[in-house]
Amino acid sequence: MLMPATENEAAGIIRAHAESGTALHLAGSGTRSGFGNAPLAETRLSSRCLSGIAAYNPAEMVMTARAGTPISEIEAALAENGQSMAFEPPDHRGVMGTSGEPTIGGACATNASGPRRFTAGALRDHLLGVRFVNGHGEVVKAGGKVMKNVTGLDLVKLMTGSLGTLGLLTEVTFKVLPAPKNAVTIVLSGLEDEIAMRAMAAAMALSVEVSGAAHLPESVRGRFIDGRLPQGAATVLRLEGLEASVTVRGEKLSKAMGAFAPVQVLDAAATSRLWRQIADVHPYADGTERPLWRVSMAPSEAWKLVAGLRLSAGVDAFYDWQGGLVWMRMEDDPAADTLRQGIRALGGGHATLLRAPEAVRATIPAMEPLSAAVTLLSERVRAKFDPRGIFNPGLMTQGART
Amino acid sequence: MSEAIAFLEPRDAVLSRRREIIEDLSELVPAGRLVHEPTALVPFETDGFIAYRRRPLAVVLPETTEQVAAVMKYCHRYGIPVIPRGAGTSLSGGAIPQEDAVVLGLSAMTRILDIDYANRCAVVQAGVTNLAISEAVGADGYFYAPDPSSQLACTIGGNIAMNSGGAHCLKYGVTTNNLLGVKLVLVDGTIIDLGGKHLDATGYDLLGLVCGSEGQLGIVTEATVRLLAKPEGARPVLFGFDSAEAAGSCVADVIGAGIVPVAIEFMDKPAIEICEAFAKAGYPLDVEALLIVEVEGSEAEMEAMLASIVEIAKRHNVKTVRESQSPTEAALIWKGRKSAFGATGRIADYICMDGTVPLSQLAYVLKKTSEIIDRYGLRVANVFHAGDGNMHPLILYNINDPEDAAKAEAAGMEILKLCVDAGGCLTGEHGVGIEKRDLMRHQFSDVDLDQQMAVRSAFDADWILNPSKVFPLEGRS
Ligand SMILES: Cc1cc2nc3c(=O)[nH]c(=O)nc-3n(C[C@H](O)[C@H](O)[C@H](O)COP(=O)(O)OP(=O)(O)OC[C@H]3O[C@@H](n4cnc5c(N)ncnc54)[C@H](O)[C@@H]3O)c2cc1C
Repeated sequence: MLMPATENEAAGIIRAHAESGTALHLAGSGTRSGFGNAPLAETRLSSRCLSGIAAYNPAEMVMTARAGTPISEIEAALAENGQSMAFEPPDHRGVMGTSGEPTIGGACATNASGPRRFTAGALRDHLLGVRFVNGHGEVVKAGGKVMKNVTGLDLVKLMTGSLGTLGLLTEVTFKVLPAPKNAVTIVLSGLEDEIAMRAMAAAMALSVEVSGAAHLPESVRGRFIDGRLPQGAATVLRLEGLEASVTVRGEKLSKAMGAFAPVQVLDAAATSRLWRQIADVHPYADGTERPLWRVSMAPSEAWKLVAGLRLSAGVDAFYDWQGGLVWMRMEDDPAADTLRQGIRALGGGHATLLRAPEAVRATIPAMEPLSAAVTLLSERVRAKFDPRGIFNPGLMTQGART
Repeated sequence: MSEAIAFLEPRDAVLSRRREIIEDLSELVPAGRLVHEPTALVPFETDGFIAYRRRPLAVVLPETTEQVAAVMKYCHRYGIPVIPRGAGTSLSGGAIPQEDAVVLGLSAMTRILDIDYANRCAVVQAGVTNLAISEAVGADGYFYAPDPSSQLACTIGGNIAMNSGGAHCLKYGVTTNNLLGVKLVLVDGTIIDLGGKHLDATGYDLLGLVCGSEGQLGIVTEATVRLLAKPEGARPVLFGFDSAEAAGSCVADVIGAGIVPVAIEFMDKPAIEICEAFAKAGYPLDVEALLIVEVEGSEAEMEAMLASIVEIAKRHNVKTVRESQSPTEAALIWKGRKSAFGATGRIADYICMDGTVPLSQLAYVLKKTSEIIDRYGLRVANVFHAGDGNMHPLILYNINDPEDAAKAEAAGMEILKLCVDAGGCLTGEHGVGIEKRDLMRHQFSDVDLDQQMAVRSAFDADWILNPSKVFPLEGRS
């Protein structure tokens, strides 16, 4: 494993590999090393040693950190100033069965966003600027260090979620926000998936600023916060903000939601644990390799996909993002074709196979296949960053594996 | 007319085929959707950056995505430059054409295709105006958040191309944060869908790349945008300070205290005077700087937030505090700010600059700005989005005096360089267009810029889409 200590050293390594056309597996700490298809590269190049917070001014709500900085270090620095990352990066060590210290570079490369994504935006919405080494071994900067910036093409968006196929991130600058001072969760009990979706949509139509909306069917409900959620499926709605705001909004929301189901309220401590566990896909962090899908669809449609699949396959599922994000665990066969056809039939979206036994993964593209025109365009874009294709070959497009 | 900014040489191969091209185009769009008579082309010669104008070869105003695709396919085949255009309100010259170009206007595509409350989104054609979206859903308690001051006129397609923002984007973000998907016609006429009603995408974030690309990567014909539930209430408060420094550090402390208002707008003394003379909003005239801070929520929430903000302002020796007691009063406070451009236009010609700076540099940059302006013997009024450091110096000059115009342009460029040197960037919302094209090398190294240009080439290898814009003319590959 190559672990350069400086950006220059990293650029030198990449230049040498570009010249010889030798592939590199880019990584942070490897806590998501199972994500995507397995890259066809012998040598791992890690940004782990490019570490440390480079600049942080709480009053400007901006932080700059080197890519290998542990997320825990960033969270600690933010907490000291009453701030946090609004995109709530999830910890997928549990579901992925990995260990190590997740890095901010890895979070950016995977666009890791948690439950607040459907209102506050994804990590990509908070990333202001990056530095990276491209496939020529050149150091490129994109974006800036200020909140608003429309100067030139937004390469920052392109780098976010590119899974290390366009370049090695060396430094990232992102927006941070005041950490909510208080939070509560309103729990509706016993709703069927379909009604739960309607209840969540109704909650989002109110002016109470719901910042988390998930539906946890009875099959998973008991696996959250030590089984302390009330009996039956739990539809959970989070409110966050200043002390006074949360109380007022909580009352308003409880009253409105009473029309759908019996309502209970969880306090700040339970709220914090519950949403951490939702982000981290806690119910399926069970040490198994049973196929796990992450599906993103229109919130009104996702439950239909699950209902349809249940007729032909063993499926366990729960919903985040107002119902639009489905975490789906299959009993045996990953049912990739049925699943992806179902998504298309219901108006589109995408499914990513996060986890499955090695033999199964080798036969199924982990990422949703793109249309021919978008594939072509993506390949042309990629060639502009990494013409020799040395970064994580095969990871995004399984076609390149064979 | 100022001539400091160059355009690409028109292609002879295109100019010499003018008649033929017009004939061919007339077969691709319905009757009445092709403009080519010289007098009829005049309105398309420029946009909101009126110091420059060029007469295009022709203008097409398609009604469907398929017609847009047919026009693109044709122009691509013959190497004819295409300038996408919405309402033409760009302040950086983004929609200004050139002699060998076809302007592809989306202003006839004004249908709202789908309003979907269950998924909190709307699908609209690119020519729908920004305000029309909020108006269509307002009665049901929803709105579309990005609110550029030009929202009555500007189109969602133009907003996407410029990644436009507005006064309330401190809380709600800019266009890119509120965009779920687009239908895009690529340079060769291929139609693709990026995003949709679901969140995020597999593969590269091409949607994020297209947003803010200034009409260089493709033509947006439809957009899926996020709708939000309207807040229960909103209330602006006006604060007057003795110095820009005091106002600036008040902003920093409000944010440091964990309060993120929906808007924090700043005006300096000249801006206050200009706006007050026009809007009679009751702005204090004995202060050096004014902040409009708006909070949202229920009565109780607004009370609590405002109490903390007022407390902080007092620590910075605030001179005037005016809380709006009624919707009428609230509207009046905003009226002054919102009429800033119009009011300034009544007393002089002006160019509106648009740089961003880190909040800690605000006071310094304001001071330096006035030094630069003094040196050129001009006047400036500053009104801007303080919460995110997006400065808008309005440089006053006389458009009929070429010397004055050249000075204003030069002073503007110096101010933008100052923003970059202070750790900010060239443009926070108006885009690079032709205006700031030649300053790009001040913010980016050759390597940075080459990477951007290479990505642009991946979409449009022959550079026929809006070719004179964004990137310096020299050094293009
Ligand atoms: C008085 C005034 C106030 C303003 N206030 C603000 C403000 O507060 N915030 C702000 O951000 N901006 C502001 N602007 C600038 C301007 O309104 C925005 O840039 C707006 O988004 C432009 O929209 P438009 O429809 O007029 O686009 P146009 O001016 O027609 O075009 C702008 C750019 O977008 C491209 N384009 C247009 N439509 C498409 C399409 N469908 N597909 C691909 N490319 C396209 C054009 O090629 C051009 O590069 C203001 C302008 C004025 C005149």
